[in-house]
Amino acid sequence: MTPRRTLADREDVLGGLMLTPALAYVILLVGVPFVLAIVLSFSDATAGSLRFGWAGVRNYAAILADPIFLRALRNTAVVTIGSQLLVVVLATAAAQVFRATFRGKRFARFVLLLPWAVPVSLAAIAWTWIFDSTFSVINWTLKAAGLLHGWLYWLGEPALALLAIIIVQAWRIFPFATVIVLAGLSSIPQEIVEAAIVDGAGFWRRLFQVELPLLLPVVTVAVLFGVVYTATDLGVVYILTGGGPANTTHVLPTLAFQRGILGADLGQGAAIAVFLLPFLIVVAFAMLRLARRAEVGA
Amino acid sequence: MAGIEIRNLRKQFGDLHAVDGVDLSIRDGEFLVLLGSSGSGKTTLLRMIAGLERPTAGEIHIGGERVDGDVPPRARGIAMVFQSYALYPHRTVFQNIAFPLEAVRTPRKEIEEKVRWAADMFSITRYLDRYPRQLSGGERQRVALCRALVRDPKVFLLDEPLANLDAKLRNTARDDLKRFQRQIQTTTVYVTHDQVEAMGLGDRIVVMEHGKVRQVGTPQEVYEDPVDTFVATFVGQPPMNLLDLRDPSLAAGTLVGFRPEHLLPRSVFGPGEDLRTVRFAVRRVEYLGSDRYVYGSVLESAAPDATVIAKLPATIALAIPEGETHEFAVPRRLLRYFDAASGLRRRP
Repeated sequence: MTPRRTLADREDVLGGLMLTPALAYVILLVGVPFVLAIVLSFSDATAGSLRFGWAGVRNYAAILADPIFLRALRNTAVVTIGSQLLVVVLATAAAQVFRATFRGKRFARFVLLLPWAVPVSLAAIAWTWIFDSTFSVINWTLKAAGLLHGWLYWLGEPALALLAIIIVQAWRIFPFATVIVLAGLSSIPQEIVEAAIVDGAGFWRRLFQVELPLLLPVVTVAVLFGVVYTATDLGVVYILTGGGPANTTHVLPTLAFQRGILGADLGQGAAIAVFLLPFLIVVAFAMLRLARRAEVGA
Repeated sequence: MAGIEIRNLRKQFGDLHAVDGVDLSIRDGEFLVLLGSSGSGKTTLLRMIAGLERPTAGEIHIGGERVDGDVPPRARGIAMVFQSYALYPHRTVFQNIAFPLEAVRTPRKEIEEKVRWAADMFSITRYLDRYPRQLSGGERQRVALCRALVRDPKVFLLDEPLANLDAKLRNTARDDLKRFQRQIQTTTVYVTHDQVEAMGLGDRIVVMEHGKVRQVGTPQEVYEDPVDTFVATFVGQPPMNLLDLRDPSLAAGTLVGFRPEHLLPRSVFGPGEDLRTVRFAVRRVEYLGSDRYVYGSVLESAAPDATVIAKLPATIALAIPEGETHEFAVPRRLLRYFDAASGLRRRP
């Protein structure tokens, strides 16, 4: 028994001490780059020099007049929304499957989670082979099944390339979403589901009128994560299409990287990246409102 | 309107015999209470009637129709109220009550009428636009009953619907429930572990233990003529006193049972009554307002340490000093005899 106050007794000191690492991390690796990006977007800075001149809104004017940027902006929206729609449908269906008991369920669950564990770059490289213009297993399978006549150049045609990106992004997020939906399903009281059974509701009515509405807050969380992961992702598009063919499949992160780092125009790259911000703020705000409304039930 | 026939019904969960060969005949329009402690199989039995649990063996007939096989809950003509009420939290009271009607594609106008009719019956019309979480426990319970009522079921199944209410509310809710059932005359099976509820609500009570039916009878039969020592001690508060009085006129191994309210000081009985008198060593007297509980032991008993309880109504003002031995008596017609080994009722 020490009568004297030790460091562990002093909440004022201890609190600050323990918060410091987390705070330092957020400030140095999130806060500083964030502010830097906004400052850079109003400058004419380049990658090769330390010159820093004020450019006003010139960078923004330039990219808004650029059809490649507008296309990238649209692609970001299409890929994000498309992949998340796919994720919601697939994850809900998969969660229903994984709720049942069947042989090999543990193994199936392990396999399900694999895409989540695989590094993005490795997965994207594997997918380039799946979509390869000559060796595509998808084409091969479709042909063998008699469903395809002719040949699909997955990464060579803008529309197909975009579809390929959506598929890969959905594949990447889907396991995580499934796990979240499963957790949500198990949080629905058994008696409510049984009440619906006794009340005469069949599978679909139970799904759409009882389970999904009760799952909404949880699905919203899954989608929120999915949107953030997908909209800000550089790796998949960069490896899969590199923004091609002919700059038609760029998304904001790849275009920002190409202009700002490879093209050395830091100012313009930053301006492009900053366009993600309102997009994500609006989405996050909408999602949180939705989740809150579902919780309150108003 | 329909009765329920249950024949040799069994349900096993692994090694556990949750329901172990139950035969039961529930009359049309009857209010039947399944009474038992947790694990007695009463809820499992109810869930099998509902179709939420599949019997391991045996038959269930509702309204003369066999339902234990593949007849799903929705086709059994039943409505169920759960202990938690199981209201849909994302739907208003109106939408909750309307749900079973929507499930059978009732026209919009008819739904509106039926919901209002049911809500009127339970006086919850002004809550129709609210969400369940904005209601008190008693109001939620009434919404759950409304939702069951609009289905116009052949049978009501109620799983401890009053258990989540506070004690004050429970009395009025019990009264409402009984009046409501009398009014609509629908066969009702009610599960509870609360014997006061069982006695107050049931036309007949089924006492269950370890998946088996111990006794079926009216509240009066179950209370006054328990078939075995389990029912004798399970029903009634405080429980029936059971003693081996070493009475030479009785067969060896006979337990004598009597209710605490029948064990009274010798002096309160008239001279003409046929009494069984005992010497009662009083340990402690508990004053409870309307009653006094007297704890002590009976000196004639084979186990003189066993606690015996006498329940004296406040109308008996006699002083009962603690630590002294008094003459107490039970009218002989109120004595019940049981076999000590099997616990079964025995003629004297």
